[in-house]
Amino acid sequence: MKARQVSVFLENKSGRLYEACKCLAEEKINIRALSIAETADYGVLRLIVNEPDKAMRVMSEKGFTVSETEVIAVEVPDEPGGLAGVLAPLYEANVNIEYLYCFVEKSGESAIVVFRVEQLDTAIDSLQRSGYKVMREEDVYRI
Amino acid sequence: MEYFNPVETLDREQLSRLQLERLRSTVDRLYEKVPFYRKKLQDIGYKRGDLKDLGDLARLPFTTKDDLRDNYPFGLFAVPMRDIVRIHASSGTTGKPTVVGYTLKDIEVWSDLIARTIVAAGGGPDDVVHVAYGYGLFTGGLGLHYGAEYLGATALPMSGGNTKRQVRMMVDFGSTILCCTPSYALNIAEVMQEMGVSRDEVKLKSGILGAEPWSDEMRQQIEEKLRISAHDIYGLSEVVGPGVSIECGEKKGLHVFEDCFIPEIIDPASGEALPPGKEGELVFTNINKEGLALLRYRTRDISKLIEEPCPCGRTHVRMERITGRTDDMLIIRGVNVFPSQVETVLMQIPGLSPHYQLVVDRVESLDVLEVQVEVSPEVFSDEIKRLEELEKKIRDEVQSYLGVSVKIRLMEPRSIQRSEGKAVRVIDKRKI
Repeated sequence: MKARQVSVFLENKSGRLYEACKCLAEEKINIRALSIAETADYGVLRLIVNEPDKAMRVMSEKGFTVSETEVIAVEVPDEPGGLAGVLAPLYEANVNIEYLYCFVEKSGESAIVVFRVEQLDTAIDSLQRSGYKVMREEDVYRI
Repeated sequence: MEYFNPVETLDREQLSRLQLERLRSTVDRLYEKVPFYRKKLQDIGYKRGDLKDLGDLARLPFTTKDDLRDNYPFGLFAVPMRDIVRIHASSGTTGKPTVVGYTLKDIEVWSDLIARTIVAAGGGPDDVVHVAYGYGLFTGGLGLHYGAEYLGATALPMSGGNTKRQVRMMVDFGSTILCCTPSYALNIAEVMQEMGVSRDEVKLKSGILGAEPWSDEMRQQIEEKLRISAHDIYGLSEVVGPGVSIECGEKKGLHVFEDCFIPEIIDPASGEALPPGKEGELVFTNINKEGLALLRYRTRDISKLIEEPCPCGRTHVRMERITGRTDDMLIIRGVNVFPSQVETVLMQIPGLSPHYQLVVDRVESLDVLEVQVEVSPEVFSDEIKRLEELEKKIRDEVQSYLGVSVKIRLMEPRSIQRSEGKAVRVIDKRKI
């Protein structure tokens, strides 16, 4: 139920994001989803890729500081209120969300929300009890 | 082998007598041979026989780096050039280089001093001494080299740079003692890891590291990463080069070879000699040198002298490791800051890499000190919140230690330039 996200530390200078992505491209690693959090001096690139182990390895070989984080990916209906709906059970279960990012699935019928929360198991439990589909790890990498 | 030269354990009374005898003959010789010193000594009304005891040294005039520059290149030499067999010079980054000359006997005395340092660091005739100090006008390379040979060890003249080759030779030739700057020792450890060379493939047992200020925390890192016993060596070309003092196995201060140099600590502002145990500027007087002998040379290095006897058995006084130089001291908004202080703080925070850089700038007539630190995988988090907490932790610790506000900048690994000799710790962009 938990998926692995690859996080990369990037200094805020020109070409670093390109270098990071090029390094994945050369190894034929496919990015399924990403988000960037930034401050004035640096950013954190968060990636869902088809081969997280390989991505961790090649990026650290190239000298990037990388870490692996457990996240959960949830399918929600792609319609007004979709995100609010999935947040309700988390709110009720007192789950603190560190960050999230969303994208629309290829079929266009549903959206996928990637959550980073403090209490992963509580979150999964409360989402499932409210009828949401928490994606299996291997499915996340195939999005 | 415990000591190289029996003079290292001479009792205080005999040592003082030797010092006084050598001091008198040095001063008299300088009066006769070096016009610069004759004038200085005449100015204070010095007459032959005035030096009754070692305390009278404090009456003699100082020598500064400027005096060496003013008499560039050979003006302070005390022998004719035909007796000089070697020249060294310091890099001329802040003006004319300072030039030093050695007679054949000076080279022998210096080699003996270096042999003492290698033995103090646990070495002997069976060792392979890997000299990664620069060879050339800089005293580091050739100084260690001649001393290793004098001891009967095997000298490996690597010089600095080309770190991968250093590691390969270290493996192939079985280097046992590494001589280089502490920052370069860390660089070598890093490259060794990158090359996939395991520690079992190298035979290193100790390091003779110096030429830049470093901290005990940095020593720990070097000792852990290279699995060696790391010894601080001190020296400066004006006085002889490396081999003025060395840490013995106790690693509680560096023994100054007092049969060749008389150390003093003075107040850098007033020039007054300070009592034992007080911190101040180190001053050395050469008492066993022919080519260039300096009276009360002001080193600009900050230290203090430890007179208590050392368990190692050496009777020569110890100096505390250099905490900074009066001229690499940064003044940030009126506060004195030594880069080694910042290093001490950074090394206490788990997971931080030992590579750092200080950038000083002046923004709207206010000094800004930025401390650049590399983010290692151990401290990296995907959450900005945690990275900001890390920044804040570093900032708080540095600020409370230095008493001046700083900006912390997190950098990618290996983005801070690696040392191939003296690490560039400070970039001062201020235009004052």
